[in-house]
Amino acid sequence: MTSFAPEPSRPSDDDVSVATIDPEKVKLDIQGLDFFYGKSHALKGVSMSVERNAVTALIGPSGCGKSTLLRTLNRMYNLYPGQKATGSIMLDGENILRAGVNLAMLRAKIGMVFQKPTPFPMSIFDNVAFGVRLYENLSKSQMTERVEESLRRSALWEEVKDKLQTSGLGLSGGQQQRLCVARCIAVRPEILLLDEPTSALDPISSAKLEETVTQLKNDYTIVIVTHNLGQAARLSKHTGFMYLGELVEFGETAGMFTNPVTRRASDYITGRFG
Amino acid sequence: MAVSSARVASRQIGNSIFVAFCVAFTALALFALAAILWSLVSQGIGGVNLAVLTQDTPAAGSTGGGLRNAIVGSILMGVEAMIIAILIGVFAGTWLSEYAGRSRYGSVIRFLNDVLLSAPSILVGLFVYELLVARGIGHFSGLSGGVALALLAAPVITRTTEDVLKLQPIALRESGVALGTPVWTVTREILWRAAGSGMLTGILLAFARISGETAPLLFTALGNLNFSTDMLQPMANLPKVIFDFALSADDNWRRLAWVGSLLIASTVLAVTIIARAFAKEPTRS
Repeated sequence: MTSFAPEPSRPSDDDVSVATIDPEKVKLDIQGLDFFYGKSHALKGVSMSVERNAVTALIGPSGCGKSTLLRTLNRMYNLYPGQKATGSIMLDGENILRAGVNLAMLRAKIGMVFQKPTPFPMSIFDNVAFGVRLYENLSKSQMTERVEESLRRSALWEEVKDKLQTSGLGLSGGQQQRLCVARCIAVRPEILLLDEPTSALDPISSAKLEETVTQLKNDYTIVIVTHNLGQAARLSKHTGFMYLGELVEFGETAGMFTNPVTRRASDYITGRFG
Repeated sequence: MAVSSARVASRQIGNSIFVAFCVAFTALALFALAAILWSLVSQGIGGVNLAVLTQDTPAAGSTGGGLRNAIVGSILMGVEAMIIAILIGVFAGTWLSEYAGRSRYGSVIRFLNDVLLSAPSILVGLFVYELLVARGIGHFSGLSGGVALALLAAPVITRTTEDVLKLQPIALRESGVALGTPVWTVTREILWRAAGSGMLTGILLAFARISGETAPLLFTALGNLNFSTDMLQPMANLPKVIFDFALSADDNWRRLAWVGSLLIASTVLAVTIIARAFAKEPTRS
């Protein structure tokens, strides 16, 4: 009888490997997360931790649930009836999936930047001040300071400091994306969710946005979804590889890219599929 | 050889015939438009003078006189109609686009609005007659005229508001919500602004649509030979004056009918040009 058993050193197809991180450093703790778009089961029992003031990358082929996972973290799915999440996501000792959570306060703590730049149809200054005005009553000079600080941190200040009153729609795509980052951090969130933030940008703009993320990573907990494996490798400390709604492998980025534990992650990273 | 030059040639001939038809009928339409404008201008411009704006409609057989009562009446009813229609149209359109989604209630409202959009204006006039003239107020009035016009303008604004809001990217809404902004604030401060020029275009087109309406005013505002700004009394208006004067044997009345027509046509033309200018406002996406 011929044996079809895999070579002993090769992990099997449905292997899963999720590393844990020091509980002292955990900012977000996701446990047994399931997500449904109506009847379609998009996330299946995802459990992972996000380290405080570090970048966590989510990679995987299209439709694997990376963006869905990101959108549960700020409860964006609440906009759409028929979408629901079960399980728990603990942030500072509170389960943010609980029914009574104040979504405005949650989203003030967790900012998000989208795939395509989405500047609001108003001046550059007002774009950055928009979120701040929802939460704080700042004097004119305090607001000016906050706007400048946010634009500096997102590495856009030098390019726009002389035209703060012109429309944000007049900026280039890459500048618009950094404006969205500035708008996000102006609210002083603790966590930033970046959903393929460079996929609509040219290589030079992408590099600038990566620089921005690098500058921010010591002060913010960042979760980034990306199709660009090089970007995940450059920016992140931890990486999660997802496939068909499952978190297949999660661990230190350096280890995962040089020596993935699971077969599926290894195939994806070496370009065998996805 | 597999390529048949005869087939190519016949297709080219077919193409030329099709283009010739398009050009011919476009020319016909433009000719009709030019003829209307030419007759309006050539017959109307001679009768224009200051008295048109300062004097009221004259009695039959007299000379001079103007259209002041009709112009003011049309403006008052137009303003009333637009205030009502903008309120209804903008909020209904926003609700349909942002809140109703694919719900059954939303689909029913959307369908009814489309029906109203193409309802004959004379029916709208009769409806308001029943509601406000025969019952409510009890007699003809400028107020009911404005309501009838509003019923014609509101569906246009509802439809265009819904359409231009739906054109806004979902990511724009989500990025507002992601900052913790309540949906209503996102709608007001982000979406209305982003869709502003399109919404304004719809409002101006609605105004253009009602500015020449006669049928609904026949049953509601009736008309008034004297100058009046009392919205609860019958009110003069340009379309009705044109209707009466144009069919008369009185030369002076017919002159004023031409002037009134020219006034309406130039207002509509001006509004359409303004609407175009707003619609073209450059936006980078």
